[in-house]
Amino acid sequence: MDAITDFFRELHERSGINLTILYDPFDIERFFHGLLVTIELFLVSAVVSVIIGLIGAGCLTLPYRVPKAITRGYVAFFRNTPPLIQMYFFYFAIGALIPATKNAYGFPEELVDNLDWALIALSLYAGAFNIEIFRSGIEAIHRSIVEAAAVLGYSKVAAFVYVMVPLAWRISLPALCNNLIELLKTTTLAYAIGVPELLYVSNQIWSDNINTFEMMNVLLVVYLVLVGVVALAMHRWERALRLPGFGAARS
Amino acid sequence: MTNDRARFGPHVGIDLPGARERTSWALNRDLAGVLLAILTVVVIVLVVALLSGTDTGLVGALIKWTPFMARGFLLNVVMSLFAIFFGTIGGIFLGMGQLAPTRWISTPSKVLTQFFRNAPWLVLLFYCIFLLPFQVRIGGETYTIASWLRAAIGFTIPVVANFSEIVRGAMQSIPSGQWEAARSLGYRWRQTVTSVVLPQCIKRMLPPWMNLYAILLMATPLASIVGAEEALTNARTALQAESDSRLLLPLYAYLLSWFFIYCYPIARFSMALERRFAVR
Amino acid sequence: MTNTERNSAFIKLHDVYKSFGNSPVLRGVSMEIAKGEVICIIGPSGSGKSTILRCINALTPIDQGFIQVGDIQVTSKSLDMVALCHKVGMVFQQYNLFPHKTVLQNVSMAPIQVLKQDRTEVLDRARALLSKVKLGHKADAYPGELSGGQQQRVAIARALCMQPEAILFDEVTAALDPEMVGEVLTVIREIAQEGMTCVIVTHEMGFAREAANRMYFTDGGVIVETAPPDSFFANPRDERTRSFLSKVL
Repeated sequence: MDAITDFFRELHERSGINLTILYDPFDIERFFHGLLVTIELFLVSAVVSVIIGLIGAGCLTLPYRVPKAITRGYVAFFRNTPPLIQMYFFYFAIGALIPATKNAYGFPEELVDNLDWALIALSLYAGAFNIEIFRSGIEAIHRSIVEAAAVLGYSKVAAFVYVMVPLAWRISLPALCNNLIELLKTTTLAYAIGVPELLYVSNQIWSDNINTFEMMNVLLVVYLVLVGVVALAMHRWERALRLPGFGAARS
Repeated sequence: MTNDRARFGPHVGIDLPGARERTSWALNRDLAGVLLAILTVVVIVLVVALLSGTDTGLVGALIKWTPFMARGFLLNVVMSLFAIFFGTIGGIFLGMGQLAPTRWISTPSKVLTQFFRNAPWLVLLFYCIFLLPFQVRIGGETYTIASWLRAAIGFTIPVVANFSEIVRGAMQSIPSGQWEAARSLGYRWRQTVTSVVLPQCIKRMLPPWMNLYAILLMATPLASIVGAEEALTNARTALQAESDSRLLLPLYAYLLSWFFIYCYPIARFSMALERRFAVR
Repeated sequence: MTNTERNSAFIKLHDVYKSFGNSPVLRGVSMEIAKGEVICIIGPSGSGKSTILRCINALTPIDQGFIQVGDIQVTSKSLDMVALCHKVGMVFQQYNLFPHKTVLQNVSMAPIQVLKQDRTEVLDRARALLSKVKLGHKADAYPGELSGGQQQRVAIARALCMQPEAILFDEVTAALDPEMVGEVLTVIREIAQEGMTCVIVTHEMGFAREAANRMYFTDGGVIVETAPPDSFFANPRDERTRSFLSKVL
């Protein structure tokens, strides 16, 4: 471990390439924490947005007017407005409406802090896109399979849960993978409301060490690796869920 | 066999979405839908403004700041037009590069495309802001490159990468028979692309291109983080000037509604185009 | 039809009208099917044969008329859908097996989830039915791994597992390669011989002639003629029937 840190320290001295995150313990820790926050932002919003997507797709598929209208309005809003302004809207505008409590020291403490708002904003944003993705997946199911469920006595909701969702899920996986990658990239917006994710801490590091160029490149590479990990995981999952004889004919 | 109906049976009643949209008067429905959405949005914003404050001072504040915010919004539009224009041109070259027969061109093109597609827009923006020079000397004159221009260049990079993928996808969707026919008629690769393939691709590229524009426009507020005086920056300036926390909700809602009114018709139009091309 | 025959009718359609949008598909269809009867409906495409089947089990609502299956009024507003599906099963042209479930799960899932029957009992019944259609060895395969004829036999086993009193067959061999048609028809013949009420829409005239108790000919949304197969094929009374039969035989 020391050999690596020494190497990069020497690199800085010799060539001026300053990768403090690889030899300075403080920066290492800061960067690592930033990475963890980014991963947390991604994982939590990914899960919540998928749940939103399934519920919303259900609302659009089942013939109940009110949920359908609400879902359509929600999707239209979140898909046609800038995510950054959505995040500001949640943090500043709606956040101002939430009363502050006092913590143990008597200082005012927000009930919903900026990390929570970032999670809310990201989940709702990605959720709207997921609703469209799952809706397309459901549309792609041959209607005769749905008829078969009807004829066996399944109710609308039961047919949706037991027959349509498992098939639509498999069909939607590639588009879902793309959307999750978009979500990962969108987590950087949390920078704007002060969440200490990767871009934020990198900004702090390069402000302290004036190694902007190096940190920028590191950021690009790190995000590339993160995206690659997500893409690989989704691809593996897609393969695991593959049904013999189904899907091959579709492409 | 029964004909294609979206609903079948009151007891079964599962509404398969999408089938209904294939009727011939879908375009009128789209227009009605857009107008209804805009009306709803305007009403909501007014209601929010009036509810937030018992006097009409808030609505007055919104009206007062509208020209200022509009100047900012104009900058958003300008940045988006800049980025989509140069991004489209760059994307065509990079996209065709991905499909080039020689590895020397195709591999770097693919690498570049994937690299810049998978980078967050904000990181690329920072990259350009920090690493592009503030000033540039052309022929003895020093020109300052404005923040918004550097931001626009920052937006152009992901647009190039994304459009390159759109181009590649569209060109690969042209059946191989077209290429073979052109080849047997003596066309070389570059001629085939320009005379045979690209004209056919334009139809297929249009809806995703419009979608990309919408995404781009909705990314332009990021420029406020790096100091450009666009709509979000101006909105926040307005809020600070007023120092009235009751204005927060209405003003942000107002700002959101502007983007909605600009983008929603584009989205519906692009869907309508997609349907029309698909049917043919 | 005598009074006793009318009373013993298991499936009853009376003056059924159905239009899709502006095009009328059924224009006054009346039928009476006794319990245990095997009837075949034939006719040109678009004549409404499949629609009749889909109206019987409420897959398609009708505009006008009256349908009754056993003691269930299909046309009433308070229809118990689960009870109707329990009474009447359906097998489709496109088999429509659930691709994400194994063959055994396909056959057994509805009685367990919809009819809430005991799981072990249903699984035993499912396995027995799969052996009956000669696919016991494919219980754990997925539908995508089976041939068309095998999938259709699984679809029949799935319909049988619900223990219906009648099964509707909607052109079940039309999508199969010729060599697989025979195996499916054999299964249907066995079910019919065991006393199941079968309503079969088909193009297979040879099968119809030997398996049916009664033939129906539809054209233009009405039932043109009905007769037992011998007289139906030998001496068709209506000109339209004669013309159709001369084209298909």
